Amino acid sequence: MSKHLYIFLLGCLSFVFPAAASAQDNSDCLGCHEDKTLTRKVGGKEISVFVDQKKLSSSVHAGNKCIDCHVDLKDSDFPHKENVDRAQCTSCHQAENKDYTESLHGKASAKGDKLAPVCQSCHGSHEILPVKDSKSAVAPLQIPYVCGSCHHEGSPVQVQRHIPQSNILENYTESIHGEALLKKGLVVAATCVSCHSAHRILPHTDPRSSIARKNIAGTCTKCHAGIENVHRKIIRGELWEKEAHVLPACVDCHQPHKVRNVYYEQGMADQDCLRCHGKKELKAADSRSMFVNYSELAGSRHTKVACSQCHTSVNPSKLRPCEGITAKVDCSSCHAEIGDEYKTSIHGQLFAKNDPNAPACSDCHGSHGVLGKKDPKSSTFAINIPVLCAKCHREGKKAAVRYTGTEHNIIERYTESIHGKGLMKSGMTVTATCADCHTAHHELPHTDPASSVNRKNVSATCGQCHFGIQEQFDKSVHSPLVTKTDKELPACNDCHTAHTIRRTDQDAFKLTIMNQCGRCHAEIAKTYFDTYHGKVSQLGYTKTAKCYDCHGSHDILPVTDPNSHLSHQNVVKTCQKCHAGANRQFAGYFTHATHHDPNKYPWLYWTFFGMTGLLIGTFVFAGVHTLLWLPRSLQYRKELKKKLSGESEHPKS
Amino acid sequence: MVEGEKQIISELATAFVAPMTVNREKFQFQRFSRLNRVLHILMIVSFISLALTGLTIKFSYTGWAVILSHLLGGFESAGYIHRFFAVVMVSVFITHIVDITRMKKKEYKTWRALIFSPGSMMFNKKDVSDIIGTLKWFVGKGERPQYGRWTYWEKFDYFAVFWGILVIGSTGVTLWFPELLTNIIPGWVINVATIIHSDEALLATGFIFTVHFFNTHLRPEKFPMDIVIFSGRTPLEEYKIDRPAEYEELVEKGELEKYLVEPYPQIVVRSIKVFGWAALLTGFGIVVWIIYAMIFAYR
Repeated sequence: MSKHLYIFLLGCLSFVFPAAASAQDNSDCLGCHEDKTLTRKVGGKEISVFVDQKKLSSSVHAGNKCIDCHVDLKDSDFPHKENVDRAQCTSCHQAENKDYTESLHGKASAKGDKLAPVCQSCHGSHEILPVKDSKSAVAPLQIPYVCGSCHHEGSPVQVQRHIPQSNILENYTESIHGEALLKKGLVVAATCVSCHSAHRILPHTDPRSSIARKNIAGTCTKCHAGIENVHRKIIRGELWEKEAHVLPACVDCHQPHKVRNVYYEQGMADQDCLRCHGKKELKAADSRSMFVNYSELAGSRHTKVACSQCHTSVNPSKLRPCEGITAKVDCSSCHAEIGDEYKTSIHGQLFAKNDPNAPACSDCHGSHGVLGKKDPKSSTFAINIPVLCAKCHREGKKAAVRYTGTEHNIIERYTESIHGKGLMKSGMTVTATCADCHTAHHELPHTDPASSVNRKNVSATCGQCHFGIQEQFDKSVHSPLVTKTDKELPACNDCHTAHTIRRTDQDAFKLTIMNQCGRCHAEIAKTYFDTYHGKVSQLGYTKTAKCYDCHGSHDILPVTDPNSHLSHQNVVKTCQKCHAGANRQFAGYFTHATHHDPNKYPWLYWTFFGMTGLLIGTFVFAGVHTLLWLPRSLQYRKELKKKLSGESEHPKS
Repeated sequence: MVEGEKQIISELATAFVAPMTVNREKFQFQRFSRLNRVLHILMIVSFISLALTGLTIKFSYTGWAVILSHLLGGFESAGYIHRFFAVVMVSVFITHIVDITRMKKKEYKTWRALIFSPGSMMFNKKDVSDIIGTLKWFVGKGERPQYGRWTYWEKFDYFAVFWGILVIGSTGVTLWFPELLTNIIPGWVINVATIIHSDEALLATGFIFTVHFFNTHLRPEKFPMDIVIFSGRTPLEEYKIDRPAEYEELVEKGELEKYLVEPYPQIVVRSIKVFGWAALLTGFGIVVWIIYAMIFAYR
């Protein structure tokens, strides 16, 4: 700003005190303006109006008279008028001026915008040098600074005027163009004016602009003449320019000002690769087919990704650019976060150890035909996930044979589970697949505390879908948030199993649940089986009270908790769920009664004691009687036979 | 052979089968009235039904119980069967009481007379001497006692039913209507009732299917089965030897002929035997099940 103003004022004030009245030679002017102390007051500030004759004489305008530019002072008397017009360039530089007046800068200046640059703003005044002179203010090396003087971040222009790009100067400096120009001194590298033009600077929305979408290709190809060799697919003839509305412009990939040299440096085109890899008979040394079905790639998620973006080690400077490829495709160069996740997963850990069984990205996602997980044809589409995981995790397959845990036949069990049936029979894609519980890229053994299926994470994992249940569970006595204990608390899978997960309204589930509770609550489960409820369920019927009917299922609380289903205020209501006529005394029934505990249940103990005594007494007495009787009876039978046969003979005789 | 008997037989022979040779086997002694026989059959049917349905619950931890329970149409169906036959059994019991009351009115006028009559089921002095005599006989120190109308073990069985009906019946009603009864009694009484009901039932089934079966059917002189409770009649000779006291008393009184009846035709006897065997085998089956459940599968 201050620099402009200075130049501007210098231009104006040079002629505030012109030399002799009519001679109008340069010497007339310099008569005064040679004085280094000559100043003029502008806005209360002393401004120098000294003209350096040395500079002027070595400038491109050395042969011009002062009044050639300061035309308003022609034929004026001395001392000339106070308010001198700005020096004009138009009379000589008509073409440049035309461009300038049409440009953003020109229009703004015409409107009186104080921020708008005029010729002198860029070119300077008396000391103007030819553009080709490296000392010129507008020499290629200087351009970024010239433009940057107004267009650097935080400048009034950037702040007060509508400029769609930000950090222009910084980005340019780091771009391949900026680096070439500023670091390597390559003066043919593109500067601001190479793309925006020098004087006819127009917004990209103006169709006449050099940076208008349809003109960009033309602008870039001014330098990148051979670009179509590496952009065949995009260009293919003149499509690039003819159908600018459907085709990408250079800047879609190579952002303006950020023209980086990371991916695009080598510029391998798919077509170059397909020269060899498009052949079906192409085989590697180990006889693997190296054929790439390009139509597969074209239908994939990576349809816009070039071969060399994945196969990064290609080197176009070599006859066989792929010669240098040694590493497998690293997807994480784009999918960085997923790559990081994968590396910490058991799959990634094994892969890092070069385990031949470890699945790489392509084992699940495929290679050239990779599809998004929302595409029903994709191997990672919800319905296809169990099939995908089964490739390794089905019993007998490579992952299953390494596995030493307790979960077996997981694929079959999952398929029969409520999730599996929902997914594979009912086609519900929102149901839980392998990846929903084990995560897609962060699979870890359940023993790992970071695993989604680790005991302490299971409820949150299930809660992703079963939120309401998790909410209840987290308040229950089984939640580690409530009960602080060294003992193992149950997680969802302890009752529902990990893969077999049954419908909870089916008998098979209802009947097994008691055994599940009994795994920890052994004593109490045993006493349950001594009651009518337990005995009926043992027969295989579910229409009787089971653990969860009284205690609740996920919201189990200690009976001392007023919110418990079995608290003093709730217990009668709980009984009434089945026994409509239940009353307070009815609820006094011991649902876990045992007759083996004389202290806790003396009545039951002594009743059982008495009844058993009666039983044993009766049987002992009757048994002894019978045993004594038996030998006598055998003897008596013989006697009786003799007697009866003797008697029956009698009447006949 | 006593004089009176000869006389009776000859009289009978004259009266009924005059032209033919007198066949003593033609007549049998009737021990049980038609009503009592019907009641006993109903008792058997209801008792076995109650035992089977009840034991499925008691021994629910055995595989047999699971199968049986499903055969019976599930625990609810088994429950209905159980309660239905409980009503049948109590009805049998009430009918018997009514029958006794009628008998009292007709023959004895007072309860005292009925209870202390010679044919009464009530224990009396003779039973004491019979028990002593039996024990002596068992150990070879005496002859077989001269048993009368009812032996002491039959009386024991008879009163065991009274006890059983009272104990199992009352606890059964408690378990049938717990919601109603807990208005009066505390909840833990239901637990107590369960134990009593269950163990008393175990006692009843265990006793009937072993001791009662032995006393009446399996003891060698009756083996394999005494069908008198179904037919109501027994060969006269056998009766005379088995119940000498009663026989002699009847002869003395001259009332023997009142009880002599013709035997049932073969088809009836065969049917009775089929039913008897069914009941016996079911009983044995239950005993085997109980032993298995109590000893081998108990937990």
